[in-house]
Amino acid sequence: MAKRLASWDSIIILLTLAVLVIASLAVDNFGTSRNFTFMVLDLLPIILVALPMTFIIVTGEIDLSVASTLGLTSSLMGWFWNQGLSIETIIPLCVLIGAIAGVLNGFLITGLGLPSLAVTIGTLALYRGLALVVLGDGAVADFPFSYTGWVTGTIADGAVPNVLILIVVLALIFGVLLHATPIGRSLYAIGANAQAAHFAGIRVARTKFWLYVVSGAVAGLVGVLWTLRYSSARADNGAGLELAVVAAVLLGGVSIFGGKGSLPGVLAGVVLLTALQNALRLEDVSGQALNIVTGALLVLSVLLPNVISSIRGNWQRRKLRQSAA
Amino acid sequence: MTPTAMKVPPRFNIMKTRELGIVLALAALVLYTTINNPRFLSGQSIRDNLLNTAILAVMATGQAVVVITRNIDLSVGSVLGISAFAVATMMSDHPGLPMIVAILVGLAVGAAAGLLNGVLVRYGKVPALVVTLGTLYMYRGITYSWAGGSQVNADELPPHFLNFANANLLGVPWLVLIALVVVGATSLVMRNYRVGRELYAMGSSPQAAELAGIKVARNLLGAFILSGALAGLAGVLFAARFGTVDASAGNGYELNVVAAVVVGGVAVFGGSGTVWGAGLGALLLTVISSALAVLDINQFWQQAIVGALIILAICADRLVAVRIARSLRKKDSHG
Amino acid sequence: MLRHRLAAVFAATLLVTAGCGGTTKDSSSSSGNQQASATADPNAKLKEGLKIAYLPKQLNNPYSDVETSGGEEAVKELKGEYKKVGPNDAAASSQVSYINTLIQQQQDVIVVAANDPNAVCPSLNQARAAKIKVVTFDSDASKTCRDAFINQATTEGIGQSLAKMALEQAGGEGEIAVLSATPNATNQNAWIEVMKTELAKPDYAKLKLVKIAYGNDDDQKSFQEAQGLLQSYPNLKVIVAPTTVGIAAAARYISSSSYKGKVQVTGLGLPNQMRQYVKDNTVKKFALWNPADIGYLAAYAGAALASGQITGAEGDKFTAGKLGEYTIGKDGEIVLGPPTEFTAENIDKFNF
Repeated sequence: MAKRLASWDSIIILLTLAVLVIASLAVDNFGTSRNFTFMVLDLLPIILVALPMTFIIVTGEIDLSVASTLGLTSSLMGWFWNQGLSIETIIPLCVLIGAIAGVLNGFLITGLGLPSLAVTIGTLALYRGLALVVLGDGAVADFPFSYTGWVTGTIADGAVPNVLILIVVLALIFGVLLHATPIGRSLYAIGANAQAAHFAGIRVARTKFWLYVVSGAVAGLVGVLWTLRYSSARADNGAGLELAVVAAVLLGGVSIFGGKGSLPGVLAGVVLLTALQNALRLEDVSGQALNIVTGALLVLSVLLPNVISSIRGNWQRRKLRQSAA
Repeated sequence: MTPTAMKVPPRFNIMKTRELGIVLALAALVLYTTINNPRFLSGQSIRDNLLNTAILAVMATGQAVVVITRNIDLSVGSVLGISAFAVATMMSDHPGLPMIVAILVGLAVGAAAGLLNGVLVRYGKVPALVVTLGTLYMYRGITYSWAGGSQVNADELPPHFLNFANANLLGVPWLVLIALVVVGATSLVMRNYRVGRELYAMGSSPQAAELAGIKVARNLLGAFILSGALAGLAGVLFAARFGTVDASAGNGYELNVVAAVVVGGVAVFGGSGTVWGAGLGALLLTVISSALAVLDINQFWQQAIVGALIILAICADRLVAVRIARSLRKKDSHG
Repeated sequence: MLRHRLAAVFAATLLVTAGCGGTTKDSSSSSGNQQASATADPNAKLKEGLKIAYLPKQLNNPYSDVETSGGEEAVKELKGEYKKVGPNDAAASSQVSYINTLIQQQQDVIVVAANDPNAVCPSLNQARAAKIKVVTFDSDASKTCRDAFINQATTEGIGQSLAKMALEQAGGEGEIAVLSATPNATNQNAWIEVMKTELAKPDYAKLKLVKIAYGNDDDQKSFQEAQGLLQSYPNLKVIVAPTTVGIAAAARYISSSSYKGKVQVTGLGLPNQMRQYVKDNTVKKFALWNPADIGYLAAYAGAALASGQITGAEGDKFTAGKLGEYTIGKDGEIVLGPPTEFTAENIDKFNF
């Protein structure tokens, strides 16, 4: 338990709480209910995409194509809408298309055994390219207010944004799956040692395949939410989001080599980045400074634990030597 | 430790056919485009294509070396940005400085950025993907803060700096010449010199390389410094060629560079591929984009085609690898 | 087995929702909430200490820097608080978070150049609900979500001026091409439409518009598109670029290629960016309004709105400092004035 407390994900959770408290006290207008709504809307896409991304990175793989899948479903959503399809058909269709994009990733990675980094850089370009082919540089904007208003609205016009329910439900599902079921344990096993997991009877390839399908489906759903939030379907929606998501997941203490990390840590990582960004903007600090902070935090999130463990290792060795002497 | 462990011999022949594939694809593309529009092969057009390739090829060279060691450098676009802005600012403040100073400063800025990447990867034991993703943000953030919304325009830059992009030696533009020298020299070192073979060995099996007594730390730092320095050089070339430099110069280039390297046949898991293959990859990507413009194909297809090409390239590499493994196994069972 | 059942349920849901119609493009009404208009009091005094915030399309854009510098000057004259914020990229969605921040900070006026006319709408309407006046400049948002729009010049004026310059540069006849920003750029498309109408007139009968290329307001992309144009159309005489990024990139390409002297470049450009190409004779004439005046006018319009002098209704009048009196036109539009033409003779008088 002591070890658990000292791990990076608990540090990041404490850090996040500290930032939230300090910002509420020190930054004007930070702790208001309206600002809370704005922050939830800002972190919505990152947090949702980060859920399956955490699973994938825990197994030692990566999916860089998520933001492009988002762009593709956003584009298609606009195109379908222009074709006269009903929004109730379009939304499940877009989630399905996201899942299909995930199927292609999953097939290339698990079926053909190609490296996920290279494959998803390829599909990053491919899906964004297809998004451009579908909608070009145009935008579709006339989505019904009943839907766009729901995404930006709050429950009973109070302080709790509607989309927060979605975030909580999905985070709970993913959290329980990862931390309280055999499926979750098998993901850690795959990440720690895929071969050993295979010999232990875990169907490694099939598990990974479905992770990519889920990742695609969630990206598709986020494409829909993004489009509705900005009432604008565009091919460039969400460009670059993959880096923010990966940064948040790694910041949350998930090892890029797999096998390590927790969902609460990741959620804290997302909240930390969004809250910092929000507070800095309210203080009129430009977004450029935030780039530096994000980058530094990302590197530190891996560097610090390494440094700490090597210092601790030295210290223990010295103690051993002393007791031996 | 026997020297055979460091050789990469049987793959070499097959790898050659890999690059032949790119050359053939390139030839087919040029042929088809030229039939549709003969001006595609005019002197001006060839010159434009080569000039456009030069910057990408220089960056792809450094990236190829890093990828061969089983690492990656995602920060190259940001390094290009910081170097381009630094050099453009310097040249507009001191218009009397000769071109060579600009190049050296660009190289130095890039090398310093690359050194930080290398140190964090090697001594911080942070994976290259994480380090360079982090420095991608950091270097870009530094450039943005430094520029503070300003930009350097062509009319603030001395003419000799701008002319460098168009001046030529015996009809070959300097930019192209520099790219050729960079790709050629690096290919030669990677192929024929000890350090080159060591880099391949490190990528094939990092642990074995360490055990074999290869100076892994030195070589790894060298690879990252090279990649950084070449991205810095690319920044100078960018500033000279485009004349207008703001803080977003080179934004998103990392994707094109990695694409060129992968399409050029360098495996992301290290240990195989060639630098000149990466150079060819850069040429192919550039020619595709200009062919699309000439063929009047909707420009929006460009990115989708690049994506499909990357996937095709890694599928091809996988096929080659499987075939090698099979032939090696056959040899083993016979011998 | 389970999987098949899931798929069946899913397909059924899809069919049912499709069959029942649901909400489609035709059935939905337009969104946005129109605000009840108050009455204007033309004699109201301009308030002091107004917090006026500028939100350009993106930072690091020299053109919008010039625009906002005019705004800063005007806000100083108005004894208000000036502020400029903005994203580093011109993506449709990146402005929304900044608008939200400005709402939280309770600014009095937001002056915004919209990256996407609709993406910013919900946020701008939230701002207006919080009693913040919204003035758009440079690139308009939907008219349901702003109080006034500063138009740099009438669409007709710019389109006609572009056609006229093209005719002069081509020497009265030959092929011309347009190098525009993005294919859906509202301004550029409107100007090109007017240009086409002009070209249909008998005076322009010998001019042939062969292609409209798009450089996406990206320097490199524009550069390569200019290249592509000359390869595809060897007899091209003039490239008309109605965007500052496009004209600079096209001029740079021509000035460094063998086409220099044979192909003319004209359009809308910034004197500082174009000076070099005017001096080396690549460009003979181009045009633009004074961008600083746009920001300046926007500040006065915003202050007049916030002080209750005007409401944004057609016919409202207000005085904008050194620029004189303006009348609000249809749909809350305020037109700055005719564009200035720049040549080798006068370019050194301008610094922006």
